[in-house]
Amino acid sequence: MTISSNLSSFRQMHTDYIKRLFKTILLVIVLSLFNLQLINASELDYELVAEPVGEGTYVFIGSTKYFSKKNGGNIANAAYIVTNGGVIVIDTGSSYQYGKQMREYIESTTGMSIIKVFNTHHHPDHFLGNQAFKDVPIASLQGIVNTIDSQGEALNTNLYALVGDWMKETVAYSPTEVIAPGKMTVGGHEIEIIALNGHTDSDMAIYDHTTGVLFAGDLIFHDRTPAVANANIQNWLNSIRQLQELDYKYLIAGHGPVTTDQHAMLQTNDYLSWLHETLQSALDKGLDISEALQLELPKRFQALDILHEEYKRGVLQLYPSMEQAYFE
Amino acid sequence: MTNSKQLKIHSILKTNKPLQPAFKIIFNLLLLATVNIAYGQPIVDPLDSPSWDLVHKLILSNEAVVFDDRVKVVVPDMAEDPMNVPVSVNVDGIGEIEEIRLFADLNPIKEILNFHPGKIEPFIAFRFKVQQSTPVRAAARTKDGVWHVGGSWLDATGGGCTAPSMGRTLDNWVDTLGDVKSRLWSRADRPDRLRFRIMHPMDTGLAPGIPEFYIETLELKDKHGELLAHIESYQPVSENPFFSVDLESKLFEGIVLYGRDNSGNLINQVLQ
Ligand SMILES: [Zn+2]
Repeated sequence: MTISSNLSSFRQMHTDYIKRLFKTILLVIVLSLFNLQLINASELDYELVAEPVGEGTYVFIGSTKYFSKKNGGNIANAAYIVTNGGVIVIDTGSSYQYGKQMREYIESTTGMSIIKVFNTHHHPDHFLGNQAFKDVPIASLQGIVNTIDSQGEALNTNLYALVGDWMKETVAYSPTEVIAPGKMTVGGHEIEIIALNGHTDSDMAIYDHTTGVLFAGDLIFHDRTPAVANANIQNWLNSIRQLQELDYKYLIAGHGPVTTDQHAMLQTNDYLSWLHETLQSALDKGLDISEALQLELPKRFQALDILHEEYKRGVLQLYPSMEQAYFE
Repeated sequence: MTNSKQLKIHSILKTNKPLQPAFKIIFNLLLLATVNIAYGQPIVDPLDSPSWDLVHKLILSNEAVVFDDRVKVVVPDMAEDPMNVPVSVNVDGIGEIEEIRLFADLNPIKEILNFHPGKIEPFIAFRFKVQQSTPVRAAARTKDGVWHVGGSWLDATGGGCTAPSMGRTLDNWVDTLGDVKSRLWSRADRPDRLRFRIMHPMDTGLAPGIPEFYIETLELKDKHGELLAHIESYQPVSENPFFSVDLESKLFEGIVLYGRDNSGNLINQVLQ
């Protein structure tokens, strides 16, 4: 066996390797084209099915995960109330596609038209479907309308990056009607608009006195870790206290399953209180943000979906501003 | 230490035909010629970065390195805010550390900060800017001149280095330039701590129309004026940087922070 024959066998192996590499690359290209084809063929279907909540109220329950290309941004709950005068929609999902599919589902199952849309707050998973309801009054509080006006398009762009194709043709469409807190009659239902804040600068809860259903928006998360990116935790806790006073039959949280009791409220309250105390005590101990990120999370929060992910996101958002206040 | 590159090549060859002894020798010679040697062992980047060789040359002048888990670099899995990515470096159990260099292989400006711990602990934490997903590394030089390198990958969607600093949009950033706030903690259950924040835009020079403007050096001195530790910082350190370092509380009294930015502005503040 000579060295040169070894080298030529090496060259042979090398050529074989290159050939196989090309075959693999070709296969990958063909498969990914096929995959794209599949996505187009499925028409980006959210496969929405509404779940009844008592009599005449329905909810599309979203995933309790974070935005992904897989869930297409369908991570929040959107609901509707069927009244004698038509349908009231509460939140419109994360994209134009979502809004359209939601509307088709509602109109085909109820045979009625939509008379009013409400937006509970400015987060993209709750209002980016507005575009599908341009011919209907879309109502919200002044603060929410202002934030959608100023940040809506940036939130939309960000969601394009997170969920991709599902966002096609989506633009941020602001509410068309500014409403004041208090009671109003819509389609014969006595609807109470409750102006709160804490999850964001302006959050709107809706209490339907006719059915006893409370639409809490993102002031309540159920079995899903609360998102605190725009939160003021003290204000949020105050808002939860106000909601706890209401005598509701059903509670529809912004994320997670429907409940009839206080469980989801207590859960959200517990997590937020714990988070605030934990970060405050981390600051008191002189911890850097990178150390706060690594703190151990209590076992009792294991029921909350995407706990670690959302905790970290929360620390990254809240700690710098808490530090700022602490060092002033 | 795993040797993934070597394993990969071996397995490619194995799928063709069994290795023959003479070929093995040639193969190993080729391999040795393409990798760096420290302590007689081939070095393969555990983070499998495309630019390890480049940063080894640029940041560490091709000096002897060893990848070492005892150099702990903590970054979040995902940079939520590419302008403010928390990082901490802690070196434990490899003796006296003369210098720690922090860098991000794939950042447009790779250097982040050089830390000379001197008389304080080999620990530092702060926030920095990233432009894209990148390995974030710390190289800690021991007395024998060897760089012990640790690090991890940071996932980022980008934009942190080419965005103007936020403070630029406020009118009064000039008024607060160089202001320092600090706190000291004597702690029973862990090392004593100093945290300080300096008001400074820390502009990278990569945002259109905004020249680079950043703190270049920081020094901590004790009440007698003796140097405790010093830092050379680079453009990627976040705006209004916030540092955490560990030192014995007996050094707290009269500790002073000195600094200078690339425009010659000076910092001189007693910390408390
Ligand atoms: Zn929300």
